[in-house]
Amino acid sequence: MRISVPMTLGIAVVLSAAACGGGPPPPPPTPVVNQDSIDAANARRDSIRQAREEAAREAAARERAARERAQREAAEAEEAARQANNMVRSVFASMIHFDYDRSDIKDEFVSGLEMKVMIMNANPRMRISINGHADERGSDEYNIALGNRRALAAKAFLVDRGIAANRIDTSTLGESQPLVNESNESAWQQNRRAEFVIIGTGNLVRPQM
Amino acid sequence: MIRRIVAVAGLLSLSAGPVFAQVPIDQGVRIGITYAPGTRPGMLVLGGVPGAVSDSVRAIIARDLDFSDQFEMIYLPGGDNLSIGAASDDGGTDEVFVNYQLYSALGADYAVSITEGVDSVLSIDLYDVRGETLANTLALPIRAEDPEFRQDIHRVSDEMVRSSTGTPGIAATRLLWVRRAGLRVIDSDSHDEKSLPSVGNVYSPVWHPDGNQYAYVDFPGNSQINIGSLDSGDVRAISADAGGQDFAPAFDPLGRTLVFSRASGDGTDLYSYNFIDDCCLQRLTVGRFSDNLSPTFSPDGRRIAYVSTRSGLPQIYVMAADGTGQELFAPFDYGVTGGSYAPEWAPDGLSLAFHRDVAGSPQVFIMDVATRSVKQLTSVGRNEDPTWAPDSRHLAFVSSRTGSSQIWVIDIDTGRTRQVTRRGRAKLPAWSRRLTR
Repeated sequence: MRISVPMTLGIAVVLSAAACGGGPPPPPPTPVVNQDSIDAANARRDSIRQAREEAAREAAARERAARERAQREAAEAEEAARQANNMVRSVFASMIHFDYDRSDIKDEFVSGLEMKVMIMNANPRMRISINGHADERGSDEYNIALGNRRALAAKAFLVDRGIAANRIDTSTLGESQPLVNESNESAWQQNRRAEFVIIGTGNLVRPQM
Repeated sequence: MIRRIVAVAGLLSLSAGPVFAQVPIDQGVRIGITYAPGTRPGMLVLGGVPGAVSDSVRAIIARDLDFSDQFEMIYLPGGDNLSIGAASDDGGTDEVFVNYQLYSALGADYAVSITEGVDSVLSIDLYDVRGETLANTLALPIRAEDPEFRQDIHRVSDEMVRSSTGTPGIAATRLLWVRRAGLRVIDSDSHDEKSLPSVGNVYSPVWHPDGNQYAYVDFPGNSQINIGSLDSGDVRAISADAGGQDFAPAFDPLGRTLVFSRASGDGTDLYSYNFIDDCCLQRLTVGRFSDNLSPTFSPDGRRIAYVSTRSGLPQIYVMAADGTGQELFAPFDYGVTGGSYAPEWAPDGLSLAFHRDVAGSPQVFIMDVATRSVKQLTSVGRNEDPTWAPDSRHLAFVSSRTGSSQIWVIDIDTGRTRQVTRRGRAKLPAWSRRLTR
């Protein structure tokens, strides 16, 4: 390996002596327009531009698709939320009714109340108010107490099934706001009731069935 | 209908003069009485010189005396009237001639004369017919423009009742009540109905003993006890902490303490509040699984009767004013007697009025406090929310007997009733004490 170094230097010296020796230097070659290479360059440039444009188009398309997808998803989510909201609200719009001068929960209203429990469990930020009502019979003053007792009975049912008591307000309207303003058994039956009002929510979701 | 109808033959000849005094009534005069008279004194309201004011005052006083139910009112046939005359036809003396014999013959124990004197002052004179003496005389300045003038006339009537029976009348009083949803006030003789400021549904108006202030609840509204003043027209909510929906207030007889019912997450219970110092809320009942409401003070201020559901249906209980010693007050048969509501202690302390369901309709009852015996007063239609007049013998209550709910008055002693209100849907009456100027 050491020997090879001087040999390489010697060859280099020979070559340089030959170059300096000889006549005038040859004229530089006349530049020749190489159309092919221009075309090639142009083609290259064009293809780059096309590729860029293509990429931009694709990106735009992707973006549009993404946007449309997002919009569609948002719309679907909105629709789902709307449906959940409607569903929740319709569940809470269903009131419960009581027997004359009674405040115990009748069997026929238990499943509706359990539905309310599921919804409140699925919506931890949801708060409600329960308003108790009485029919026009009994004294005006007593009916205030009776409406209160009905609201408390409905609240106790929800609290018994795990809903925090501080998520439920209660109030009584006595006999002051009848649903049906008549004096017969059918009207009285409808007027003896507890109503559920959603007073605070966050986004409502359906409970997982 | 408990009125004495007197048929008098030869009435005009009776007016002739004192000669009649010596004539026995079975000679020349025939008096037929179509109503068997009770033990109530006969009362004759004498006519006078026609005059716009004195005529209307006379009509008001005559009605007040009638509404006191303390007298057999004597009416002459054909609206004829007798009036105090001059002592003699020649007018030679200013002495008035009072024909005691005639009034006595007509069945009168007392006669009232209303005459217009000088300086726009009416003279109202009560004659004791049996004793042939002037029993009382009052001067009433005519102040026709003064809104209190009618009450002045009522006060005269009440004084005439006091002079003749020992117990003042109840004409100078007003009733608070609820017409549809609004608060109203009306004179006890159905005049001067007024609307008082309120919003929402008014519940349970009651008088402060001063006759000016009143308490009521706008329900559900602010669900606080509101205090109004008739004189100033102001209304304020008392500042008891808002721990629930307050209703059915009651003042103690001195107007210092307000007891009311509160519906809350704890149920419905009674609380007392210092009305004078506007402080110091105190809970009187702890119902847990029962409700306690509709308090009423005994007139000595030491006891409170109220409604409690502790035995199932609402019934009337009583306790000391500090909430101790709670016990059943109005007896009932468990499972038989209907619910009992809206007690009000009579001003004389002897009776308690309330209403109780009888075969699905509320009826007014009174209980003798000493013996705790209970008596049903009404039976036709729905009759509820009784409130005592200051004489402890009249009750106002709401009755549907004519179809719509209106306020009626019943005299417990005679059973006589009269209608006070006629329009709208009336409820929750509260009768004032006697009102002074």
